[in-house]
Amino acid sequence: MTAREVTVVGCRGAAPGRASGPAVVSSDAICFYLVDPPTGTVIEAGHAIEGRAIAGAVLVCPGGKGSSVVQADGLYQLAKAGTAPAAVVVAEFDTVLVASAVVVGVPLVRCAPEDFGKIRDGDLLDVDSDQEVVTIR
Amino acid sequence: MKLTDRDREMLDGVDGEGVALAMQVLVAIGRAFDAEQMCDISRAHVALSNQDADIWFAERLVAGGAVCRVPPTVNPGFCLEFFRHLPGMTPQDMESMERTETAYRALGAQLTYNCTPYLQGNVPRFGEITAYSESSATPYMNSVYGARTNRESAQSALCAAVTGRVPIYGLLLDENRKGQVLVHVEPTLTDEFDYHLLGYAVPRKAALQTAFIPVFTGIPGNVSPEALMNLGAELNTGGNVPMYHIVGVTPEAPTLEAAFHGEPPKERVVITADDLVEEQQILSAEGGPIDFALLGCPHLSLDQLRAIADRIGGRQFKVEFWIMTSFYAKELANRMGIAEVIERAGGQLVPDTCIDQVAWKHLAGKKGVTDSLKGAYYTQRRDMDFVLRSVGDCVEAAIKGDAS
Repeated sequence: MTAREVTVVGCRGAAPGRASGPAVVSSDAICFYLVDPPTGTVIEAGHAIEGRAIAGAVLVCPGGKGSSVVQADGLYQLAKAGTAPAAVVVAEFDTVLVASAVVVGVPLVRCAPEDFGKIRDGDLLDVDSDQEVVTIR
Repeated sequence: MKLTDRDREMLDGVDGEGVALAMQVLVAIGRAFDAEQMCDISRAHVALSNQDADIWFAERLVAGGAVCRVPPTVNPGFCLEFFRHLPGMTPQDMESMERTETAYRALGAQLTYNCTPYLQGNVPRFGEITAYSESSATPYMNSVYGARTNRESAQSALCAAVTGRVPIYGLLLDENRKGQVLVHVEPTLTDEFDYHLLGYAVPRKAALQTAFIPVFTGIPGNVSPEALMNLGAELNTGGNVPMYHIVGVTPEAPTLEAAFHGEPPKERVVITADDLVEEQQILSAEGGPIDFALLGCPHLSLDQLRAIADRIGGRQFKVEFWIMTSFYAKELANRMGIAEVIERAGGQLVPDTCIDQVAWKHLAGKKGVTDSLKGAYYTQRRDMDFVLRSVGDCVEAAIKGDAS
């Protein structure tokens, strides 16, 4: 992969914190209940990133899906196993995803559509929810 | 977001670490949704789940000294007394529910263990600002009563209960309560089961995949509370639908125009009788011999218990027949002789219990019959297989031992 120019985009922070990692880009919304805690691998059948590991990565996806109970418990189980994503970047917030990320302590931000579309799979991302910037390398 | 001095004190820990943690969650949500300020809530309902994250977060709040300012009603886990002596229950299984109960008692929650608080025990007036989690409860509050709640998570609702506050955004604002998708229901719906099917069919047929507010026409004016309970539960399980309107029935939809706030629908959907048949066929296991019946997702009401007792008519169940219900309905069923009729036939009324609980593990690997699409969906991971039928047909199937 050719090196990219460094791009800095603004974002809206929800769950606080800063983290860096390679981008794993999904065209489908995420339900953390259908991610395998021991491996951090997406196990939802037919999901855009089925079979890929999100542990330590910056998960980039349109948003969250699933009931509050399963979303929060799913992310909690990943964090407990050390396989949670380093941060999550979405195009749209929902209350359940925001509350789950805040409670479990995973930085979560939203990027505007034009900026969200700039992120490619494998880019190195620095996500700073507190300063509300995402750096794409 | 602009915080009041009191909000700021809570955030800064003046009321202890538990309240501060709850306020941090609410501030983050407010920031995410561009809320300008917070307001008081008058009621809350928490989707207690007895899952690890639920116990962990509730215990964190307790350790920080939090007590709910607005004591919330809570969802069912499983009934300790009922399941304690059932085969297969381990000390670890019991301990999880005991910890859940201890934590929520310390938080000052109303230990109702019931997922239909909007039918009894936690009923709002029109326009009240509330925080309700639980998929069947959020749409019922917004739609049937015209009270206001966002699609809260279990944790955000608990934080609202602890602080008595919510950020003002989303469905708390007039402009976000307008209908978006016009749904015309062609068949005349007669059984409450039809509303389970309808609720699941709408998100499947609509092109809009994000959260949306459907506006129904073609639903009869005398639609029962139980039918609306089923409709909301399935709309918000099959899709992400925290509110709906029914023209001429629900309070914010006296007319079609009022339901859409004078704007044109973004989309029009027609639900046919075939759509409902198809929905049942897609989601139901193949008919045939069954091992058990499990009803009550959401919890069956007293009226539904009475209908079951009438239907039994002195006959006997061939297979296990479990009914999950509220302690209110169970107590009334006891007093009225309804429970006795069901129990004489071999059925059991189980209070305080959800279908998605470890307590039902003795049914794993077996085939059952239920009326709940939501229940069948959530128990896939518990290895339970369900034929989907109306409550009346579930009774007949359990008497025959066969759901053909």
